[in-house]
Amino acid sequence: MKVFLLYPDHDFDLEQELPSNHADLTQDLELNTLFNAMAGGDDYLFKAARHVVLCGTNDLEVIRYRQDILRDCLKHPDVIRRIYQIPIQAMEAKRGKWLGIFTSFPSGILTSALTMLEIYVDMLKTLKLLADAHADEFESSGFRRFFAMIRQELDDDYFALVDTHLKKLRFRGGVLVSAKLGRGNEGTSYVLRESDFEDRHWLERVFSRQSPSYSFTLHPRDDAGARALGDLRDRGLNLVANAVAQSADHIESFLRMLRQDLAFFVGCLNLAEHLAQLEEPIAFPQPAPCGQRTLSCLELYDVALALTMNRKAVGNDLSADGKDLVIVTGANQGGKSTFLRSIGLAQLMMQCGLFVPARSFSANLCRGVFTHYRREEDATMESGKFDEELGRMSVLIDAIAPDSLILFNESFAATNEREGSEIARQIVSALLEARVKVFFVTHMYEFARGFYAKAARTSLFLRAERLPDGRRTFQLRPGEPLETSYGADLYRQTFATDEVKSLSPHLESPAPAEQSRRPGALSDASA
Amino acid sequence: MGSSLMFTPSILFDGSPAQQETADPPAFFADLNLDQVIDALTAHKQEYNLTPFFYTPLHDAETIRYRQEVMQDMEDATLMAHIEAFAEHMIVVRRFLGLVEKLDSIYHKQGWLVEAVLVYCSAVADLARALEQTDLRSRGFLAFRRHVTSYAGSQDFQSLHAEALHVKGELSAIDYCVIIQEGKFRVRRYEGEIDYSVEVEYTFEKFKQGAVKDYRLRLSEGTGMSHIEAKILEFVARLFPTQFARLDRFCEQHSAFMDDALRRFDREIQFYVAYLNFAAGLKRKGLSFCYPRMNAASRAVHVADAFDAALALTLLPTQKPVVCNDFSLEGPERIIVISGPNQGGKTTFARMFGQVHYLASLGCPVPGQDAQLPLFDQIYTHFEQEEDIRTLRGKLQDDLARIHNILAVASPHSILILNELFASTALKDAVFLSKEIMLKVMELDLLCVWVTFIDELSALSEKTVSMVSAIVPDNPAVRTFKIVRRPADGLAYALSIAHKHRLTYQQIKERMRS
Repeated sequence: MKVFLLYPDHDFDLEQELPSNHADLTQDLELNTLFNAMAGGDDYLFKAARHVVLCGTNDLEVIRYRQDILRDCLKHPDVIRRIYQIPIQAMEAKRGKWLGIFTSFPSGILTSALTMLEIYVDMLKTLKLLADAHADEFESSGFRRFFAMIRQELDDDYFALVDTHLKKLRFRGGVLVSAKLGRGNEGTSYVLRESDFEDRHWLERVFSRQSPSYSFTLHPRDDAGARALGDLRDRGLNLVANAVAQSADHIESFLRMLRQDLAFFVGCLNLAEHLAQLEEPIAFPQPAPCGQRTLSCLELYDVALALTMNRKAVGNDLSADGKDLVIVTGANQGGKSTFLRSIGLAQLMMQCGLFVPARSFSANLCRGVFTHYRREEDATMESGKFDEELGRMSVLIDAIAPDSLILFNESFAATNEREGSEIARQIVSALLEARVKVFFVTHMYEFARGFYAKAARTSLFLRAERLPDGRRTFQLRPGEPLETSYGADLYRQTFATDEVKSLSPHLESPAPAEQSRRPGALSDASA
Repeated sequence: MGSSLMFTPSILFDGSPAQQETADPPAFFADLNLDQVIDALTAHKQEYNLTPFFYTPLHDAETIRYRQEVMQDMEDATLMAHIEAFAEHMIVVRRFLGLVEKLDSIYHKQGWLVEAVLVYCSAVADLARALEQTDLRSRGFLAFRRHVTSYAGSQDFQSLHAEALHVKGELSAIDYCVIIQEGKFRVRRYEGEIDYSVEVEYTFEKFKQGAVKDYRLRLSEGTGMSHIEAKILEFVARLFPTQFARLDRFCEQHSAFMDDALRRFDREIQFYVAYLNFAAGLKRKGLSFCYPRMNAASRAVHVADAFDAALALTLLPTQKPVVCNDFSLEGPERIIVISGPNQGGKTTFARMFGQVHYLASLGCPVPGQDAQLPLFDQIYTHFEQEEDIRTLRGKLQDDLARIHNILAVASPHSILILNELFASTALKDAVFLSKEIMLKVMELDLLCVWVTFIDELSALSEKTVSMVSAIVPDNPAVRTFKIVRRPADGLAYALSIAHKHRLTYQQIKERMRS
């Protein structure tokens, strides 16, 4: 019996290693904000969300499989949450009774394992009742298979058989063990044999047959004899104790797997409910195969920003099908970082089967999502920082595969613009030739201009919008790179009147009231 | 059955079955570090009590040849593997027979006797087969093969084997059941009841996820029985009377089943196994062993690339190289006088000289590339005792007394190894005494190695050969541990040391000029 709600044909491994760049991804894309929204304060939900999101897949079938299951979940959140409670109750019952298999005698193992098995079987009965009541309401192939399996495997006959064994395994009538003569005529190959233990008189019947038998009763004070007999009994019970204990373990792993797979979907439900409160749209993305280059979306917003602000964030429309290089230039505080993050988040969410924060979204799948962000916290000298940046880049080059997506944010700017541009040019050109999809947010005019001059059809240039009066809309529009990033605007704002300030927040001291009104400000301040 | 054959050949002694075994090591063992070698060699073979063989040197060239031949046959890896397999089986046989001695329950004892016979029979049959397929040259192995072949083919042996297999087969086929209840049990024949563990496993199989913990306990399978198990066995014997009656008859007939010659071979062959295993370890380090030519008539000594086996053993786990040395004595030469810097390998050389002669006298290959050695009647050593609480005067007296005793009993066929005799006496006394002793040694005409700081001893007559520990001229501080045949010349050594410290005449003049 397999849960198989994350993959159609195998289990998700919650203990698998996260991609090597998971720490950078988490930091650069504010992933913890997303995970926290999914977890709602529950550590296990957090872990499941984190692993499933970070270990995304580029298998179209798997993504569609999960999307369908998620649609079912969104339709029947209550049933999902009730099923999710079943494994949790099982674990709590085990903990509550201090159960676990700790003893080192087969008879002790058998007793502990039987008690656990009884608890788990009760849980399976509850699961079966839920399946009977709701199976028909679910449409996804994943849930249909799951419920059909439960109803088929756990029918009434099966539960009756299990109950019989649970009774027999208490061995109230004695233990029947077969054996052979091993080396030196010592007993060996002890095998527990089935007898009709239900029948109180089974022993009498057994010995009323023709077969001769010899019996021996220990002296009441023969402690050594009692121990030896107990050892013999343990020898007989060794295999069955193992079988029962392993069965308990197997059912427990089934329940754990159920908890694990549902934890992700419960996280999705939490996120959907949170975004619904913010009146943010969500959409199931249209994934395209890895080899293609597609990206188009309506109202793609930064879900981390919306969750942090706890209000609706500004969305962007984009049409970048056929593009493998997107260079974003333009005004400071204009929403470039927010945009870049929304691209990365949407890509990760799509690739784990989640809905995406947009009115609509379609993109090709990637073999991996990578980020290379300028690290502001580095307090070393410029040369040391550039060295550090290139060191991280070198690590990324080891990890990156064709058809990956890489997001650069102000990279290689820790030196003068000419050198930084040349380095960036060489790196980006090489990545593109290796079929890596590149998003690059930069102030380096020479670098951006160089690619613009090539006029490649596969490149797209976006500019953070600045209205003629200097105000930002936090929207990105196609446009050629400009030599100024409007730093003068910021300078002016910093030293200008309150009237100008109220139109656009500035870097140094954004007022809290304005922060909430202007999402772009917080995005950079929190980066 | 015992040994029904008249002749029990020995793989160690050529036609002389009654050879004395020496329980204690010879007096010189510790001085030559031979105790370390023999202890290491026999360490894992305690049960064979091999040390008496290694404590007993041979004095006739013929028996030495006899052993050298066997040893050379044993150098064949395949034969060695067969012998080791046989030995392992025989160890098992003895262990099982030990159980038979020790146990209480009659059926239990009988069970282990059958096991012992089974292992013994297959060990013998395997050995006979293996020897038939091996190209043997030595008189010892050829005689032994004749014996094993005829024994393994004998009616007695064949029927012993067949009966044991039959008895064991019948016992193995027995299936019985025990019904265990609180404080009592019952035994009866097995009647086809199904395996309940499999049933339980099958019922819950559908939940199998991945690998889970294995809860099976490794319940001790040690030999031995509780009185409960003995009682069960007694009941089983009653349930299956035919099989147990046959077992009883078998044990009565075959309580002493082992052949004497095989029993003897099993122990004696370990002499060769132990030595070859020891040599193999050193060969892996690039060292050589060779079979010395031993001629009663010649007194010439030629050894190439010999080394101190005890030192080589201690260096085995390290990366340090083992230094090899050559030596030879021809014509009238009898005495090697070794001088040179301390820590230069002089004592090691002296030990090595004694070891090579002694190991050769056991019939073993010796450390070295090539060796011609004379036979000797006895080895005498005198090594300085490091820790001595006696007074200086007492020690000198003791030294003299010991050397006097040695010279009184030594013959021209003896070997004498002296290490730093009179080292703690005034130089003048030491020179005088040493020269006196040297005269007596020369008079005796025996083989001698004398490690000394007294250069003059090395050139007293045509009987003495001077060897010195070699130095690297450019860096005298480096020890080569090479001992080479060269006139003793303390000055060359002293000069190079001085040069190194820029204290030569020229150097001091130059230094003082500036």
